[in-house]
Amino acid sequence: MRDSFRQRRERMIQLKTRREGKETDIPRKHIAKAVFGKCPDCGAMVPKTELARTLYVCPKCGYHHPVGAYLRLSMLLDSKSFRELDEKLTAPNALKFPGYDEKLQAARKATGLTEGVVTARGKIDGRMAVFAVLDSRFFMGSMGVALGEKVTRAVEYADRAGLPLIIFSASGGARMQEGILSLMQMAKTSAALERFGAHGGLYISVLTHPTTGGVTASFASLGDVTLAEPGALIGFAGPRVIEQTIGQKLPEGFQRSEYLEEHGFVDQIVPRSQMKETLSLLLRLHEKRGEDHG
Amino acid sequence: MAEITAAERVALARHAGRPGTADYISALFTDFFECKGDRQCREDPAILGGVALYKGHPVTVIGHRKGKSLQENMACNFGMPGPEGYRKAQRLMRQAQKFRRPVITFVDTPGAYPGLEAEARGQGEAIASTLSLMSALDVPVITVVTGEGGSGGALALAVANRVLMLENAVYSVLSPEGFASILWKDSSRAGEAAEIMKLTARDLVALGAADEVIPEPQGGAHENPQAVFVAVDRALSYALDRVVREGDFAQRRYEKFRGMGTPRSRKEGL
Repeated sequence: MRDSFRQRRERMIQLKTRREGKETDIPRKHIAKAVFGKCPDCGAMVPKTELARTLYVCPKCGYHHPVGAYLRLSMLLDSKSFRELDEKLTAPNALKFPGYDEKLQAARKATGLTEGVVTARGKIDGRMAVFAVLDSRFFMGSMGVALGEKVTRAVEYADRAGLPLIIFSASGGARMQEGILSLMQMAKTSAALERFGAHGGLYISVLTHPTTGGVTASFASLGDVTLAEPGALIGFAGPRVIEQTIGQKLPEGFQRSEYLEEHGFVDQIVPRSQMKETLSLLLRLHEKRGEDHG
Repeated sequence: MAEITAAERVALARHAGRPGTADYISALFTDFFECKGDRQCREDPAILGGVALYKGHPVTVIGHRKGKSLQENMACNFGMPGPEGYRKAQRLMRQAQKFRRPVITFVDTPGAYPGLEAEARGQGEAIASTLSLMSALDVPVITVVTGEGGSGGALALAVANRVLMLENAVYSVLSPEGFASILWKDSSRAGEAAEIMKLTARDLVALGAADEVIPEPQGGAHENPQAVFVAVDRALSYALDRVVREGDFAQRRYEKFRGMGTPRSRKEGL
Protein backbone atom coordinates (compact mmCIF):
# COMPACT_ATOMS: atom_id res chain seq x y z
CA MET A 1 0.00 0.00 0.00
CA ARG A 2 2.65 2.49 1.08
CA ASP A 3 4.66 1.51 -1.94
CA SER A 4 1.90 2.29 -4.35
CA PHE A 5 1.55 5.74 -2.81
CA ARG A 6 5.24 6.26 -3.16
CA GLN A 7 5.24 5.15 -6.78
CA ARG A 8 2.33 7.38 -7.54
CA ARG A 9 4.08 10.30 -5.93
CA GLU A 10 7.26 9.72 -7.90
CA ARG A 11 5.27 9.51 -11.08
CA MET A 12 3.57 12.84 -10.27
CA ILE A 13 6.92 14.48 -9.64
CA GLN A 14 8.24 13.11 -12.91
CA LEU A 15 5.26 14.45 -14.78
CA LYS A 16 5.60 17.82 -13.08
CA THR A 17 9.27 18.14 -13.94
CA ARG A 18 8.62 17.12 -17.51
CA ARG A 19 5.85 19.65 -17.81
CA GLU A 20 7.91 22.47 -16.34
CA GLY A 21 10.97 21.63 -18.34
CA LYS A 22 9.25 21.58 -21.66
CA GLU A 23 8.96 24.42 -24.05
CA THR A 24 5.60 24.53 -25.70
CA ASP A 25 3.23 26.62 -27.69
CA ILE A 26 1.04 28.85 -25.60
CA PRO A 27 -1.95 26.72 -24.62
CA ARG A 28 -4.91 27.72 -26.80
CA LYS A 29 -7.28 27.72 -23.85
CA HIS A 30 -5.29 30.57 -22.36
CA ILE A 31 -5.63 32.81 -25.35
CA ALA A 32 -8.58 35.01 -24.62
CA LYS A 33 -11.77 34.89 -26.46
CA ALA A 34 -11.24 37.99 -28.47
CA VAL A 35 -12.11 41.41 -27.23
CA PHE A 36 -14.05 42.49 -30.17
CA GLY A 37 -16.79 44.25 -31.88
CA LYS A 38 -17.22 47.94 -31.52
CA CYS A 39 -14.09 50.08 -31.45
CA PRO A 40 -14.34 52.28 -28.34
CA ASP A 41 -12.45 55.01 -30.13
CA CYS A 42 -14.11 55.40 -33.53
CA GLY A 43 -17.16 53.18 -33.11
CA ALA A 44 -16.37 51.01 -36.13
CA MET A 45 -17.82 47.50 -36.01
CA VAL A 46 -15.08 45.07 -36.91
CA PRO A 47 -15.58 41.31 -37.27
CA LYS A 48 -13.70 39.10 -34.88
CA THR A 49 -11.66 37.36 -37.55
CA GLU A 50 -10.53 40.65 -39.02
CA LEU A 51 -9.45 41.93 -35.58
CA ALA A 52 -7.44 38.78 -34.94
CA ARG A 53 -5.66 39.34 -38.24
CA THR A 54 -4.81 42.97 -37.36
CA LEU A 55 -3.53 41.94 -33.90
CA TYR A 56 -6.56 43.61 -32.31
CA VAL A 57 -5.81 46.99 -33.78
CA CYS A 58 -8.81 48.77 -35.26
CA PRO A 59 -8.30 48.80 -39.05
CA LYS A 60 -10.28 52.03 -39.29
CA CYS A 61 -8.61 54.25 -36.69
CA GLY A 62 -5.59 52.31 -35.37
CA TYR A 63 -6.97 51.99 -31.83
CA HIS A 64 -5.00 49.35 -29.96
CA HIS A 65 -7.44 47.13 -28.08
CA PRO A 66 -6.07 45.94 -24.74
CA VAL A 67 -5.05 42.30 -25.10
CA GLY A 68 -4.58 39.57 -22.52
CA ALA A 69 -1.14 38.41 -21.45
CA TYR A 70 -1.14 35.05 -23.24
CA LEU A 71 -2.54 36.57 -26.40
CA ARG A 72 0.19 39.20 -26.25
CA LEU A 73 2.86 36.56 -25.89
CA SER A 74 1.40 34.57 -28.77
CA MET A 75 1.92 37.62 -30.98
CA LEU A 76 5.60 37.77 -30.08
CA LEU A 77 7.10 34.39 -29.36
CA ASP A 78 8.54 31.85 -31.75
CA SER A 79 6.47 28.72 -31.91
CA LYS A 80 7.24 26.07 -29.30
CA SER A 81 9.47 28.43 -27.30
CA PHE A 82 7.07 29.34 -24.49
CA ARG A 83 7.78 28.20 -20.97
CA GLU A 84 5.80 29.76 -18.18
CA LEU A 85 7.44 30.66 -14.85
CA ASP A 86 5.75 30.67 -11.44
CA GLU A 87 2.45 29.85 -13.05
CA LYS A 88 0.66 29.08 -9.82
CA LEU A 89 2.12 31.71 -7.52
CA THR A 90 -0.51 33.50 -5.47
CA ALA A 91 -0.45 35.55 -2.28
CA PRO A 92 -2.54 35.24 0.86
CA ASN A 93 -5.09 37.88 1.84
CA ALA A 94 -2.65 39.36 4.36
CA LEU A 95 -4.93 42.20 5.46
CA LYS A 96 -7.92 39.82 5.69
CA PHE A 97 -9.63 42.35 3.51
CA PRO A 98 -13.36 41.67 3.45
CA GLY A 99 -14.57 40.19 0.18
CA TYR A 100 -11.11 40.05 -1.42
CA ASP A 101 -10.79 36.26 -1.58
CA GLU A 102 -14.17 36.01 -3.30
CA LYS A 103 -13.24 38.73 -5.79
CA LEU A 104 -9.97 36.95 -6.55
CA GLN A 105 -11.81 33.70 -7.19
CA ALA A 106 -14.22 35.45 -9.51
CA ALA A 107 -11.38 37.11 -11.43
CA ARG A 108 -9.57 33.77 -11.78
CA LYS A 109 -12.68 32.15 -13.11
CA ALA A 110 -13.45 34.94 -15.51
CA THR A 111 -9.94 35.27 -16.97
CA GLY A 112 -8.36 31.84 -16.52
CA LEU A 113 -5.39 33.65 -14.96
CA THR A 114 -4.06 33.12 -11.44
CA GLU A 115 -2.76 36.68 -11.14
CA GLY A 116 -2.46 39.92 -13.09
CA VAL A 117 0.84 39.03 -14.71
CA VAL A 118 2.15 36.13 -16.75
CA THR A 119 5.89 35.54 -16.58
CA ALA A 120 7.65 33.32 -19.06
CA ARG A 121 10.77 32.47 -20.92
CA GLY A 122 10.61 32.45 -24.69
CA LYS A 123 12.31 33.30 -27.94
CA ILE A 124 11.91 36.11 -30.41
CA ASP A 125 13.48 35.22 -33.76
CA GLY A 126 15.59 32.61 -32.02
CA ARG A 127 16.80 34.90 -29.23
CA MET A 128 15.87 33.92 -25.71
CA ALA A 129 14.45 36.46 -23.28
CA VAL A 130 12.44 36.59 -20.06
CA PHE A 131 8.98 38.17 -20.25
CA ALA A 132 6.55 39.61 -17.75
CA VAL A 133 3.25 40.61 -19.28
CA LEU A 134 0.61 42.36 -17.19
CA ASP A 135 -3.02 41.64 -17.91
CA SER A 136 -5.49 44.44 -17.30
CA ARG A 137 -8.42 42.02 -17.24
CA PHE A 138 -7.28 40.79 -13.83
CA PHE A 139 -7.94 43.45 -11.16
CA MET A 140 -6.89 46.09 -13.70
CA GLY A 141 -3.38 44.63 -13.68
CA SER A 142 -2.96 46.12 -10.23
CA MET A 143 0.19 45.26 -8.31
CA GLY A 144 -0.21 43.26 -5.12
CA VAL A 145 2.23 40.92 -3.46
CA ALA A 146 1.85 38.09 -5.98
CA LEU A 147 2.27 40.35 -9.01
CA GLY A 148 5.26 42.08 -7.44
CA GLU A 149 6.78 38.75 -6.50
CA LYS A 150 6.30 37.27 -9.97
CA VAL A 151 7.87 40.31 -11.62
CA THR A 152 10.75 40.23 -9.12
CA ARG A 153 11.34 36.54 -9.75
CA ALA A 154 11.30 37.13 -13.49
CA VAL A 155 13.98 39.81 -12.99
CA GLU A 156 16.01 37.42 -10.85
CA TYR A 157 15.58 34.62 -13.35
CA ALA A 158 16.86 36.87 -16.14
CA ASP A 159 19.73 37.95 -13.90
CA ARG A 160 20.78 34.39 -13.07
CA ALA A 161 20.40 33.16 -16.63
CA GLY A 162 22.06 36.22 -18.19
CA LEU A 163 19.00 36.85 -20.35
CA PRO A 164 17.39 40.10 -21.45
CA LEU A 165 14.15 41.08 -19.73
CA ILE A 166 11.05 42.46 -21.44
CA ILE A 167 8.12 43.72 -19.38
CA PHE A 168 4.78 44.74 -20.88
CA SER A 169 3.02 46.98 -18.38
CA ALA A 170 -0.72 47.50 -18.19
CA SER A 171 -1.92 48.49 -14.77
CA GLY A 172 -4.25 50.67 -12.78
CA GLY A 173 -1.59 50.92 -10.05
CA ALA A 174 -1.43 49.37 -6.61
CA ARG A 175 -3.81 46.62 -5.45
CA MET A 176 -5.89 48.48 -2.86
CA GLN A 177 -6.96 45.31 -1.06
CA GLU A 178 -3.38 44.49 -0.12
CA GLY A 179 -2.70 47.89 1.38
CA ILE A 180 0.83 48.76 2.42
CA LEU A 181 2.21 45.46 1.15
CA SER A 182 1.25 46.39 -2.39
CA LEU A 183 3.07 49.70 -1.94
CA MET A 184 6.15 47.79 -0.83
CA GLN A 185 6.18 45.89 -4.13
CA MET A 186 7.26 49.13 -5.80
CA ALA A 187 10.46 49.10 -3.76
CA LYS A 188 10.94 45.37 -4.22
CA THR A 189 10.65 45.38 -8.01
CA SER A 190 12.73 48.55 -8.37
CA ALA A 191 15.48 47.15 -6.17
CA ALA A 192 15.59 43.92 -8.18
CA LEU A 193 15.87 45.87 -11.42
CA GLU A 194 18.63 48.03 -9.97
CA ARG A 195 20.63 44.87 -9.26
CA PHE A 196 19.88 43.35 -12.61
CA GLY A 197 21.05 46.58 -14.26
CA ALA A 198 24.22 46.69 -12.18
CA HIS A 199 25.02 43.20 -13.47
CA GLY A 200 24.68 44.43 -17.03
CA GLY A 201 21.22 43.05 -17.77
CA LEU A 202 19.14 44.57 -20.54
CA TYR A 203 15.62 45.62 -19.57
CA ILE A 204 13.12 46.72 -22.20
CA SER A 205 9.98 48.30 -20.75
CA VAL A 206 6.91 48.39 -22.99
CA LEU A 207 4.09 50.64 -21.84
CA THR A 208 0.60 49.70 -22.95
CA HIS A 209 -2.83 51.06 -22.22
CA PRO A 210 -3.21 51.91 -19.37
CA THR A 211 -0.04 52.15 -17.27
CA THR A 212 -0.60 54.24 -14.15
CA GLY A 213 0.06 54.62 -10.44
CA GLY A 214 2.49 52.42 -8.61
CA VAL A 215 3.54 50.49 -11.69
CA THR A 216 4.46 53.70 -13.52
CA ALA A 217 6.28 54.86 -10.38
CA SER A 218 8.34 51.68 -10.25
CA PHE A 219 9.38 49.04 -12.77
CA ALA A 220 7.59 50.47 -15.83
CA SER A 221 9.75 53.62 -15.68
CA LEU A 222 13.11 51.92 -15.21
CA GLY A 223 13.81 50.46 -18.65
CA ASP A 224 17.12 50.79 -20.46
CA VAL A 225 14.85 51.16 -23.44
CA THR A 226 11.26 52.30 -23.08
CA LEU A 227 8.69 51.65 -25.80
CA ALA A 228 5.00 52.49 -25.84
CA GLU A 229 2.04 51.34 -27.87
CA PRO A 230 0.28 54.21 -29.67
CA GLY A 231 -2.36 56.11 -27.74
CA ALA A 232 -1.75 54.41 -24.39
CA LEU A 233 -2.61 56.30 -21.22
CA ILE A 234 0.57 56.50 -19.16
CA GLY A 235 0.98 58.46 -15.96
CA PHE A 236 1.44 58.47 -12.23
CA ALA A 237 -1.78 60.13 -11.13
CA GLY A 238 -4.95 59.30 -13.04
CA PRO A 239 -6.56 62.02 -15.16
CA ARG A 240 -9.64 62.21 -12.91
CA VAL A 241 -7.53 62.82 -9.80
CA ILE A 242 -5.53 65.51 -11.57
CA GLU A 243 -8.66 67.26 -12.81
CA GLN A 244 -10.05 67.25 -9.27
CA THR A 245 -6.78 68.59 -7.88
CA ILE A 246 -6.22 71.42 -10.32
CA GLY A 247 -9.89 72.09 -10.96
CA GLN A 248 -9.65 72.22 -14.73
CA LYS A 249 -10.03 70.01 -17.77
CA LEU A 250 -6.89 68.36 -19.04
CA PRO A 251 -5.69 69.12 -22.55
CA GLU A 252 -6.37 66.68 -25.38
CA GLY A 253 -3.75 63.95 -25.61
CA PHE A 254 -2.42 64.58 -22.09
CA GLN A 255 -0.64 61.51 -20.63
CA ARG A 256 -0.86 59.64 -23.92
CA SER A 257 2.13 57.83 -25.40
CA GLU A 258 2.75 60.62 -27.89
CA TYR A 259 2.78 63.18 -25.06
CA LEU A 260 5.29 61.12 -23.13
CA GLU A 261 7.51 60.76 -26.17
CA GLU A 262 7.40 64.51 -26.68
CA HIS A 263 8.36 65.07 -23.03
CA GLY A 264 11.30 62.71 -23.20
CA PHE A 265 10.05 59.66 -21.33
CA VAL A 266 9.71 57.17 -24.18
CA ASP A 267 12.32 56.11 -26.74
CA GLN A 268 9.85 55.17 -29.44
CA ILE A 269 6.19 54.57 -30.00
CA VAL A 270 5.81 51.21 -31.66
CA PRO A 271 2.57 50.03 -33.27
CA ARG A 272 1.61 46.47 -32.41
CA SER A 273 2.28 45.29 -35.95
CA GLN A 274 5.94 46.27 -35.54
CA MET A 275 6.46 45.22 -31.94
CA LYS A 276 8.01 41.85 -32.63
CA GLU A 277 10.54 43.13 -35.17
CA THR A 278 11.42 46.09 -32.91
CA LEU A 279 12.08 43.83 -29.93
CA SER A 280 13.99 41.49 -32.18
CA LEU A 281 16.20 44.37 -33.35
CA LEU A 282 16.81 45.53 -29.79
CA LEU A 283 17.77 42.02 -28.68
CA ARG A 284 20.13 41.77 -31.63
CA LEU A 285 21.69 45.19 -30.90
CA HIS A 286 22.42 44.17 -27.30
CA GLU A 287 23.60 40.67 -28.03
CA LYS A 288 27.26 41.61 -28.16
CA ARG A 289 28.88 43.89 -25.65
CA GLY A 290 30.67 47.03 -26.80
CA GLU A 291 33.94 45.68 -25.47
CA ASP A 292 33.71 42.81 -27.96
CA HIS A 293 34.88 45.25 -30.65
CA GLY A 294 38.29 44.72 -31.97
CA MET B 1 -8.55 55.35 28.32
CA ALA B 2 -10.16 54.00 25.20
CA GLU B 3 -7.94 52.84 22.38
CA ILE B 4 -7.43 55.51 19.71
CA THR B 5 -9.12 54.50 16.45
CA ALA B 6 -7.27 54.42 13.15
CA ALA B 7 -9.34 57.33 11.88
CA GLU B 8 -8.38 59.36 14.96
CA ARG B 9 -4.74 58.57 14.32
CA VAL B 10 -5.14 59.81 10.74
CA ALA B 11 -6.41 63.10 12.18
CA LEU B 12 -3.52 63.27 14.66
CA ALA B 13 -1.00 62.49 11.92
CA ARG B 14 -2.36 65.47 9.97
CA HIS B 15 -2.65 67.83 12.94
CA ALA B 16 -1.46 71.31 12.01
CA GLY B 17 0.59 71.64 15.18
CA ARG B 18 2.42 68.36 14.71
CA PRO B 19 6.22 68.72 14.55
CA GLY B 20 7.53 68.49 11.00
CA THR B 21 10.84 67.79 9.30
CA ALA B 22 12.19 71.29 9.95
CA ASP B 23 11.41 70.94 13.67
CA TYR B 24 13.18 67.60 13.90
CA ILE B 25 16.18 68.99 12.08
CA SER B 26 16.57 71.91 14.46
CA ALA B 27 15.91 69.81 17.55
CA LEU B 28 18.04 66.75 16.77
CA PHE B 29 20.87 68.02 14.56
CA THR B 30 23.40 70.79 14.63
CA ASP B 31 25.05 72.86 11.91
CA PHE B 32 22.37 72.13 9.31
CA PHE B 33 23.25 73.37 5.84
CA GLU B 34 20.28 73.31 3.46
CA CYS B 35 20.93 72.21 -0.12
CA LYS B 36 18.41 73.43 -2.64
CA GLY B 37 17.50 72.56 -6.17
CA ASP B 38 17.53 69.58 -8.52
CA ARG B 39 20.21 71.10 -10.82
CA GLN B 40 17.87 70.68 -13.76
CA CYS B 41 15.10 73.21 -13.54
CA ARG B 42 13.69 73.89 -10.11
CA GLU B 43 13.84 74.06 -6.34
CA ASP B 44 10.96 72.17 -4.75
CA PRO B 45 10.40 73.30 -1.16
CA ALA B 46 8.08 70.31 -0.51
CA ILE B 47 11.28 68.40 0.16
CA LEU B 48 13.81 69.83 2.61
CA GLY B 49 17.30 68.44 2.56
CA GLY B 50 20.90 69.10 3.40
CA VAL B 51 23.90 68.16 5.46
CA ALA B 52 24.04 68.35 9.25
CA LEU B 53 25.83 66.91 12.23
CA TYR B 54 24.11 64.21 14.27
CA LYS B 55 25.88 63.65 17.56
CA GLY B 56 28.87 65.32 15.98
CA HIS B 57 28.94 63.16 12.84
CA PRO B 58 27.97 64.37 9.38
CA VAL B 59 24.74 62.98 7.95
CA THR B 60 22.51 63.76 5.00
CA VAL B 61 19.00 64.69 6.10
CA ILE B 62 16.03 64.68 3.74
CA GLY B 63 12.36 65.02 4.54
CA HIS B 64 8.98 66.19 3.34
CA ARG B 65 8.11 69.73 4.35
CA LYS B 66 4.53 70.88 4.82
CA GLY B 67 5.21 74.29 6.36
CA LYS B 68 3.56 75.82 9.42
CA SER B 69 1.57 78.87 8.34
CA LEU B 70 -0.88 78.88 5.44
CA GLN B 71 1.66 80.88 3.48
CA GLU B 72 4.31 78.25 4.11
CA ASN B 73 1.82 75.48 3.37
CA MET B 74 1.20 77.04 -0.03
CA ALA B 75 4.90 77.52 -0.75
CA CYS B 76 5.56 73.88 0.15
CA ASN B 77 2.49 72.67 -1.72
CA PHE B 78 1.29 71.10 1.55
CA GLY B 79 4.18 68.67 1.48
CA MET B 80 3.33 67.20 -1.91
CA PRO B 81 6.56 67.09 -3.93
CA GLY B 82 6.87 67.26 -7.67
CA PRO B 83 9.46 65.32 -9.64
CA GLU B 84 12.03 68.05 -8.92
CA GLY B 85 11.76 67.35 -5.21
CA TYR B 86 12.56 63.69 -5.74
CA ARG B 87 15.40 64.56 -8.11
CA LYS B 88 16.83 66.88 -5.48
CA ALA B 89 16.58 64.02 -2.98
CA GLN B 90 18.46 61.78 -5.42
CA ARG B 91 21.18 64.37 -5.79
CA LEU B 92 21.61 64.51 -2.03
CA MET B 93 21.59 60.73 -1.72
CA ARG B 94 24.35 60.43 -4.32
CA GLN B 95 26.37 62.95 -2.34
CA ALA B 96 25.78 61.01 0.84
CA GLN B 97 27.15 57.95 -0.91
CA LYS B 98 30.13 59.90 -2.23
CA PHE B 99 31.04 61.31 1.18
CA ARG B 100 30.08 58.13 3.04
CA ARG B 101 27.42 59.81 5.16
CA PRO B 102 24.39 58.04 6.60
CA VAL B 103 21.05 59.19 5.16
CA ILE B 104 18.27 60.07 7.57
CA THR B 105 14.84 60.76 6.14
CA PHE B 106 11.65 62.13 7.67
CA VAL B 107 8.43 61.14 5.96
CA ASP B 108 5.36 63.35 6.17
CA THR B 109 3.36 63.78 2.99
CA PRO B 110 -0.18 63.28 1.73
CA GLY B 111 1.50 61.95 -1.42
CA ALA B 112 3.38 63.06 -4.50
CA TYR B 113 1.58 65.94 -6.21
CA PRO B 114 -0.99 64.85 -8.78
CA GLY B 115 -0.67 67.84 -11.08
CA LEU B 116 -0.34 68.56 -14.75
CA GLU B 117 3.22 69.83 -14.67
CA ALA B 118 4.32 67.11 -12.29
CA GLU B 119 3.11 64.57 -14.84
CA ALA B 120 4.68 66.41 -17.75
CA ARG B 121 8.04 66.31 -15.98
CA GLY B 122 7.81 62.65 -15.09
CA GLN B 123 6.46 62.17 -11.57
CA GLY B 124 6.40 58.40 -12.08
CA GLU B 125 9.95 58.25 -13.37
CA ALA B 126 11.20 60.48 -10.57
CA ILE B 127 9.72 58.22 -7.89
CA ALA B 128 10.82 55.01 -9.61
CA SER B 129 14.41 56.14 -10.01
CA THR B 130 14.53 57.35 -6.40
CA LEU B 131 13.37 53.91 -5.26
CA SER B 132 16.03 52.12 -7.25
CA LEU B 133 18.79 54.54 -6.24
CA MET B 134 17.87 54.35 -2.59
CA SER B 135 17.70 50.55 -2.65
CA ALA B 136 21.37 50.37 -3.61
CA LEU B 137 22.93 53.11 -1.44
CA ASP B 138 25.96 51.74 0.30
CA VAL B 139 25.52 53.84 3.42
CA PRO B 140 23.14 53.42 6.37
CA VAL B 141 19.63 54.72 5.69
CA ILE B 142 17.13 55.34 8.49
CA THR B 143 13.59 56.59 7.95
CA VAL B 144 11.28 58.10 10.53
CA VAL B 145 7.63 58.36 9.49
CA THR B 146 6.58 61.36 11.52
CA GLY B 147 3.11 62.14 10.18
CA GLU B 148 1.42 61.00 7.01
CA GLY B 149 3.11 58.38 4.87
CA GLY B 150 1.12 58.83 1.70
CA SER B 151 1.69 56.28 -1.03
CA GLY B 152 4.59 56.27 -3.52
CA GLY B 153 5.43 59.85 -2.61
CA ALA B 154 6.29 58.64 0.90
CA LEU B 155 7.94 55.37 -0.08
CA ALA B 156 10.33 57.26 -2.37
CA LEU B 157 12.05 58.57 0.77
CA ALA B 158 11.59 55.39 2.80
CA VAL B 159 13.64 52.58 1.29
CA ALA B 160 15.62 52.36 4.50
CA ASN B 161 17.50 49.83 6.60
CA ARG B 162 15.23 50.71 9.51
CA VAL B 163 11.80 52.31 9.23
CA LEU B 164 10.64 53.89 12.48
CA MET B 165 7.13 55.22 12.95
CA LEU B 166 5.72 57.59 15.49
CA GLU B 167 2.82 56.06 17.37
CA ASN B 168 0.19 58.21 15.66
CA ALA B 169 1.83 58.35 12.25
CA VAL B 170 0.10 56.51 9.42
CA TYR B 171 1.53 54.98 6.27
CA SER B 172 -0.61 53.64 3.49
CA VAL B 173 -0.95 52.78 -0.16
CA LEU B 174 -3.34 55.69 -0.61
CA SER B 175 -5.13 58.22 1.60
CA PRO B 176 -8.24 56.80 3.28
CA GLU B 177 -10.28 59.29 1.23
CA GLY B 178 -8.76 58.08 -2.04
CA PHE B 179 -9.13 54.49 -0.95
CA ALA B 180 -12.83 54.92 -0.18
CA SER B 181 -13.37 56.77 -3.40
CA ILE B 182 -11.72 54.04 -5.49
CA LEU B 183 -13.29 51.04 -3.79
CA TRP B 184 -16.69 52.40 -2.85
CA LYS B 185 -16.94 55.50 -5.02
CA ASP B 186 -17.57 57.45 -1.82
CA SER B 187 -14.77 59.45 -0.22
CA SER B 188 -16.94 60.29 2.80
CA ARG B 189 -16.39 56.71 4.01
CA ALA B 190 -12.73 57.55 4.73
CA GLY B 191 -13.13 56.75 8.43
CA GLU B 192 -14.34 53.27 7.63
CA ALA B 193 -11.51 52.86 5.12
CA ALA B 194 -8.92 53.86 7.72
CA GLU B 195 -10.07 51.01 9.95
CA ILE B 196 -9.65 48.26 7.36
CA MET B 197 -6.56 49.61 5.59
CA LYS B 198 -4.17 48.63 8.39
CA LEU B 199 -2.28 51.90 8.25
CA THR B 200 -1.32 52.54 11.86
CA ALA B 201 2.23 52.19 13.14
CA ARG B 202 1.36 49.02 15.00
CA ASP B 203 -0.31 47.49 11.93
CA LEU B 204 2.74 48.25 9.83
CA VAL B 205 5.12 46.65 12.28
CA ALA B 206 2.88 43.56 12.32
CA LEU B 207 2.98 43.43 8.51
CA GLY B 208 6.75 43.89 8.42
CA ALA B 209 6.55 47.20 6.57
CA ALA B 210 7.92 49.14 9.57
CA ASP B 211 10.34 48.09 12.28
CA GLU B 212 9.51 50.03 15.36
CA VAL B 213 6.93 52.28 16.99
CA ILE B 214 8.10 55.44 18.75
CA PRO B 215 5.69 56.34 21.57
CA GLU B 216 3.99 59.73 21.61
CA PRO B 217 2.74 61.77 24.56
CA GLN B 218 -0.92 61.49 25.40
CA GLY B 219 -3.03 63.53 22.99
CA GLY B 220 -0.44 63.36 20.23
CA ALA B 221 2.96 64.76 19.31
CA HIS B 222 1.76 68.37 19.18
CA GLU B 223 0.89 68.23 22.90
CA ASN B 224 4.51 67.92 23.92
CA PRO B 225 7.00 68.27 21.06
CA GLN B 226 10.00 68.28 23.40
CA ALA B 227 9.14 64.80 24.65
CA VAL B 228 8.73 63.63 21.05
CA PHE B 229 12.13 65.00 20.05
CA VAL B 230 13.72 63.10 22.93
CA ALA B 231 11.93 59.87 21.96
CA VAL B 232 12.78 60.21 18.27
CA ASP B 233 16.38 61.06 19.08
CA ARG B 234 16.71 57.98 21.25
CA ALA B 235 15.12 55.66 18.67
CA LEU B 236 17.09 57.18 15.81
CA SER B 237 20.46 56.95 17.49
CA TYR B 238 19.76 53.38 18.56
CA ALA B 239 18.67 52.42 15.04
CA LEU B 240 21.68 54.11 13.46
CA ASP B 241 24.10 52.40 15.85
CA ARG B 242 22.52 49.10 15.11
CA VAL B 243 22.63 49.51 11.33
CA VAL B 244 26.23 50.72 11.43
CA ARG B 245 27.21 47.78 13.59
CA GLU B 246 25.53 45.28 11.26
CA GLY B 247 27.26 46.69 8.19
CA ASP B 248 26.53 45.46 4.65
CA PHE B 249 24.00 48.28 4.25
CA ALA B 250 22.88 47.80 0.67
CA GLN B 251 22.66 44.03 0.92
CA ARG B 252 20.65 44.07 4.14
CA ARG B 253 18.32 46.74 2.81
CA TYR B 254 17.83 44.73 -0.34
CA GLU B 255 16.94 41.61 1.59
CA LYS B 256 14.53 43.53 3.76
CA PHE B 257 12.53 44.84 0.82
CA ARG B 258 12.94 41.64 -1.17
CA GLY B 259 11.05 39.86 1.54
CA MET B 260 8.11 42.29 1.66
CA GLY B 261 4.93 40.24 1.66
CA THR B 262 6.70 37.29 0.11
CA PRO B 263 4.21 34.45 -0.24
CA ARG B 264 4.96 31.32 1.70
CA SER B 265 5.11 29.18 -1.45
CA ARG B 266 8.50 30.61 -2.34
CA LYS B 267 9.74 27.31 -3.59
CA GLU B 268 6.92 26.84 -6.03
CA GLY B 269 7.63 27.49 -9.68
CA LEU B 270 11.16 27.92 -11.00
